[in-house]
Amino acid sequence: MNDKVQEKLSILADAAKYDVSCSSSGGKRKNENKGLGNAEGMGICHSYTEDGRCVSLLKILLTNYCIFDCAYCVTRRSNDIKRAAFTVDEVVNLTINFYRRNYIEGLFLSSGIFKDSDYTMERLVRIAKKLRQEHKFNGYIHLKTIPGASEDLIKEAGLYADRLSVNIELPSELSLQALAPEKNYGQILKPMGAISRELVHNKEEKKLFKLAPNFAPAGQSTQLIVGASAENDKQILHLSNQLYQDYKLKRVYYSGYIPVSNDNRLPVLATPPIIRENRIYQADWLLRFYGFGVNELVNDFFPNLDLEIDPKLAWALRNRHFFPVEINAADYELILRVPGIGVKSAKKIVSARRFTPLTFEHLQKIGVVLKRAKYFITCSGRSLEQKDYTEEVIRRKIIFGENSYRSALVKQQLDLFQQVG
Amino acid sequence: MLIYLYDGTFEGLLTVIFEIYERKAAPAQIVCRKAELPGLFTQTIPVITDEAKADRVWIGLGKKISAAARSQLYKAFLSEQPQTAMLIYQYAQLTFASAVSIEDNFAADCVRELAQINKQVFRESHRMEAFIRFQKTADDLFYATIVPDFNVLPLISEHFRKRYADQRWLIYDTARHYGLYYDLEKVSQINLDKEIADRSGNLPANILEEQEHLYQKLWQTYFHHVNIPERKNRKLHLRHMPLRYWKYLTEKQPQ
Repeated sequence: MNDKVQEKLSILADAAKYDVSCSSSGGKRKNENKGLGNAEGMGICHSYTEDGRCVSLLKILLTNYCIFDCAYCVTRRSNDIKRAAFTVDEVVNLTINFYRRNYIEGLFLSSGIFKDSDYTMERLVRIAKKLRQEHKFNGYIHLKTIPGASEDLIKEAGLYADRLSVNIELPSELSLQALAPEKNYGQILKPMGAISRELVHNKEEKKLFKLAPNFAPAGQSTQLIVGASAENDKQILHLSNQLYQDYKLKRVYYSGYIPVSNDNRLPVLATPPIIRENRIYQADWLLRFYGFGVNELVNDFFPNLDLEIDPKLAWALRNRHFFPVEINAADYELILRVPGIGVKSAKKIVSARRFTPLTFEHLQKIGVVLKRAKYFITCSGRSLEQKDYTEEVIRRKIIFGENSYRSALVKQQLDLFQQVG
Repeated sequence: MLIYLYDGTFEGLLTVIFEIYERKAAPAQIVCRKAELPGLFTQTIPVITDEAKADRVWIGLGKKISAAARSQLYKAFLSEQPQTAMLIYQYAQLTFASAVSIEDNFAADCVRELAQINKQVFRESHRMEAFIRFQKTADDLFYATIVPDFNVLPLISEHFRKRYADQRWLIYDTARHYGLYYDLEKVSQINLDKEIADRSGNLPANILEEQEHLYQKLWQTYFHHVNIPERKNRKLHLRHMPLRYWKYLTEKQPQ
């Protein structure tokens, strides 16, 4: 019996690991029933895998039997792998016992589609319900919405889950048709729309009745695969931007495609596009926390993000007319746009300059990365750089250091070719 | 060279600050009595902790800075770093000399350095909330040992009380020789005469609950199977989970 659970866990954790979402924050579930768990605070990463990703939730599939045949997915019907399925009680027991030992913040449950969508979704909901009602579990629960599941089931799921997600996976209808023949955009966007309407509705209800039941208090998220299909960064980021605006998504996750199959519908990649994934995440952050418009980062002239430098520096180099920014006078919004100054430093600058005019020494102590920032700022009219460099020189100086950039140039490029593959 | 000596408690430090103002004699250093004394040509002033005096300083600070900023001083103190005593005094001095709150004045060294120490203390307490691993004993006690870099037990007590309201637990700091025990009603501080766990925090097998080993193995299985070998990044792994914490992590024990 125990060996069986071990084996199931190894198969169904393996199958779930390509879903990158691991967030456990944003839930507002307090432990008010003297039950188990509390999800009111910030998220906690309890461990980290050897690839450096956080482990916050028990992330598993209920089963990896699936009637769909999506090329990018390891559990697709035509793939010859071991299959397994948990029972409802097995998932509940694992969650409770892991949580009690402080291994995890909660459960992230997804599933292959067996029989049909509603049948599968109904089981996911049953597990969440059992945890909440029978075990008074107040930890974090993230449920994946099965494509094609009925709206009633999704509504019920939201009563027990802290977060719901529908994965888009492929950034355009065209690649979806090619790689996931059983899916279509309408089928994906429909539940997403339903969840977002329900979230708005619930918010209004809460205004009227404080005790109205919660609906997915940590909102909804989705995932896009980067590099499995031909879309450029402009298409990907415009889609994300639309999802944040129209569907009020909490997060869009990006997953650099890892070759999980030799399906001939897919590109051959030597290594996963990790640098590109990272640049897209940086751009996503700029959209959500730095007040950048998506067109400022990627547009028809610059359809792809620069792999060598981060998107904020790339923007600053393209828009030198905004600079230099005077640290002791400029608005917070403008200071936030300086490369090398993050949200925390920008806030500290705006607070501290009320007491005294700030110098470069202050900035360095506050945590500003002067190596990048110095080309774009003045402190009380002073600049650290006497000369007016061209875009290209600044770029090289930042990447390769002050002096030795010529020899480093060659080395770095070789490295990059290897990394990008 | 005027050196004030205190007993190592936070109230003791606040009493020192009171005495400094009372005597109008600025300190060269504020040192815990247990610490080694520096130099020959020094004059030491031993200060006896006085709750009334400590309270007056604490309340005085509360009138000038926000509650959050004030509690940051206590948190920084828990870092046990020798320089924090002086920094807290300098912070108090700056506070009392200014008409407005100085808590956002990051151009002042003591404000910024205390903020940095606070960040370290916060990070350590957050790590403990993440890396503590309970082992269940036969009498249903969930037991964990820790050796945090700073004295963070007081800071994580609430977190675990709220989270594990329906199970008895004990978290023991084996470096500072005290622990927190929750009995389903309240959390209290306890000292053990003899520590039960071995150096890596493992309890003897005979006092564990019978399924404990099974769940430890399941967790190890899970941990190894969520890893994506194609993305291996040991540097990042170590940055998030420094080696010194591994001895307490169930998933990092040999199988």
